[in-house]
Amino acid sequence: MVDFAQFLIAGLSQGAIYGLVAIGFSVIFRATHIVNFAQGEFVMIGGLGTAGGIALGLPPLLAALMAVLVGVVAALALDRIVVRLAQAAPIILLVIVTIGASVAMRGAAQVAWGRNFYSIPTFVGSDPIQIGEVTVMPQAILILFVALAIAAALDVFFRRSRFGKAMVAAAINPVAASLMGIELKHVYAVTFLIAGLLGTIAGLLITPLALIQFESGLMFGLKGFAAAIVGGLGSVMGAILGGLLLGVAEALNAGYVSSAYKDAIAFMLLVGVLLLKPEGFFGRSGGKRV
Amino acid sequence: MFRKTLKSIILCAVAFASTNLHSQSSSPIKIGAFVARTGQASFLGEPAKKTLELFVADLNKAGGIKGRPVELILYDSKTSAKDAAEIIRRLVDQDKVDLIVGGTSTGETMAVVPFVEESRIPFVSLAGATIIVDPVKKYVFKTPHTDRMSVERIYKSVKADKGTRVAILSGAGGYDQSCRKHAKDLAPAYAIQLVSDEQHGTGDTDVTVQLTNIRSARADAILYCGFGAPSAIVAKNHKQLKLAARLYMTVGVASKAYIEGAEGAAEGSRVTSAPIIAYKDLPPSDPSYAVTRKFVESYLAAYKEEPSGFAGNAYDGILLATEALKAAGTTDKEKVRAALENLKNVPGINGVYNMSPTDHLGITADSLRIMEVKGKEFRLIP
Repeated sequence: MVDFAQFLIAGLSQGAIYGLVAIGFSVIFRATHIVNFAQGEFVMIGGLGTAGGIALGLPPLLAALMAVLVGVVAALALDRIVVRLAQAAPIILLVIVTIGASVAMRGAAQVAWGRNFYSIPTFVGSDPIQIGEVTVMPQAILILFVALAIAAALDVFFRRSRFGKAMVAAAINPVAASLMGIELKHVYAVTFLIAGLLGTIAGLLITPLALIQFESGLMFGLKGFAAAIVGGLGSVMGAILGGLLLGVAEALNAGYVSSAYKDAIAFMLLVGVLLLKPEGFFGRSGGKRV
Repeated sequence: MFRKTLKSIILCAVAFASTNLHSQSSSPIKIGAFVARTGQASFLGEPAKKTLELFVADLNKAGGIKGRPVELILYDSKTSAKDAAEIIRRLVDQDKVDLIVGGTSTGETMAVVPFVEESRIPFVSLAGATIIVDPVKKYVFKTPHTDRMSVERIYKSVKADKGTRVAILSGAGGYDQSCRKHAKDLAPAYAIQLVSDEQHGTGDTDVTVQLTNIRSARADAILYCGFGAPSAIVAKNHKQLKLAARLYMTVGVASKAYIEGAEGAAEGSRVTSAPIIAYKDLPPSDPSYAVTRKFVESYLAAYKEEPSGFAGNAYDGILLATEALKAAGTTDKEKVRAALENLKNVPGINGVYNMSPTDHLGITADSLRIMEVKGKEFRLIP
């Protein structure tokens, strides 16, 4: 039982990070029908940007703020490129552009930070908390809490706020939405902004526990993508739940079956969901778009 | 007119002959090198590059090898076996080097071995795995201690602490799996009971699940087969779960980056390494004392940082190469190879090298030491 609880907490905190990345995939996909494969790189920017700021002598909070700023600027730049191209190019080309962007970001990060691993301090302390016989890092609890809070807030934003509803409308029918006076350009920019913001926040959250290097975004991107598919691409709550599900499945598999094939779980889950329930566990199987 | 032309032709010929003569007596000895300056193993390749350049510069300042300067031709093999296989051809066919030092990772080394054997050029590898020199390959030598030696040393240390139950944790890489295999092979000989065999994936950021299973298996010691960033995560998670079992790691972890990355969690964990990373603890009676001190001082002066154990591997590699060139007195490849194979009592950073036709590593497991992290430094455990 103690082991189970320990596995669960490891899976949930890891899954929350996948979930944050997955939300980024989801919101961009819903608005633009593009799978943004540069999503994982924002995690890397969040971690490395903060570490870089601290190395420059900035206080940690300011460094984190700077990293978020860099992440958001990168996301908006990506938005400018993709949306500009979107007028002329098919979706598949735009997806390839995002892959190119992720390679470029990795390259830039390698030039800026080299190939070393970096860590950043956390304000919640690094002494583990003892709950019964289970030990938990305070950071892991923070990750879970922040991820769930962000997902809930975004859900409310899309359901209740005027701009959120406009974004949903633009996603459902861009032509009708723009006829109703919704500026699509702004909708796309905000979508990328949200995705960039969530990615960098995920990076800020995970770096104190793990170590981040210029290539780290790749793994988060792939796992986040799998989580988004499992949860149902396009749904915020689906994305976070898909992330948690993936994290827990990985941890339980590593704990009870074999730790040798931990990474295979994400892709087995991905293939399984695509075969049996292509709209994802929590996605709506809406009518086909014509 | 004719006489004048003839005169100039003769003059030209004389001038040409004299430069030719001149270049034969002091043309540089070419040492080819390839190290992983970029890619996953850059933490091995970068200090290796610094060391090779420093060594050659110092050697040339002191007059080179028997009056001939040494030219180092170094390429970045990018931790890629494919790149290494291309570079080795360039070094041999175009640059026409006399001897090769390099191959900081096992994959890069093994990729060039067939071509090295075929083109009969002496090669000193800087990579860890046992397979490089076992079975012996005629032209291939190496300097770092093997993963097998690390496991032997660690098992001895566990036994000395009256432990018998060992858990293995390993990553997915080639080194990890090779170390894991040796850990399994050697366990019966040391009466070690392997109670757990856990693994983690490349890029994993958490191993608490694996360590929880190890805790349940009631291990006396944990052997981590892996290197690089994951080792710091293993140490952090080990501390988080308050595991009583002592954490052991192999040579690949023996650098300051591990202690810094683990942020205090490395305290009390042990690694195997040549004594260079705890050079302050090395007694003057040790055969590696003089060479280690000298190298550390010149490296500190040149690069303002302490050399890692991986720099030591490169130092020994170029040391053996130049000693063999000196002993052979020529750059004839067969003679240099024979000289390498017959090097005896050469004190290096990793130990005293005694090469033989059956041993192309030349150092014993005893020259490998156990270090414990105390006060954010590696300290030699006697």
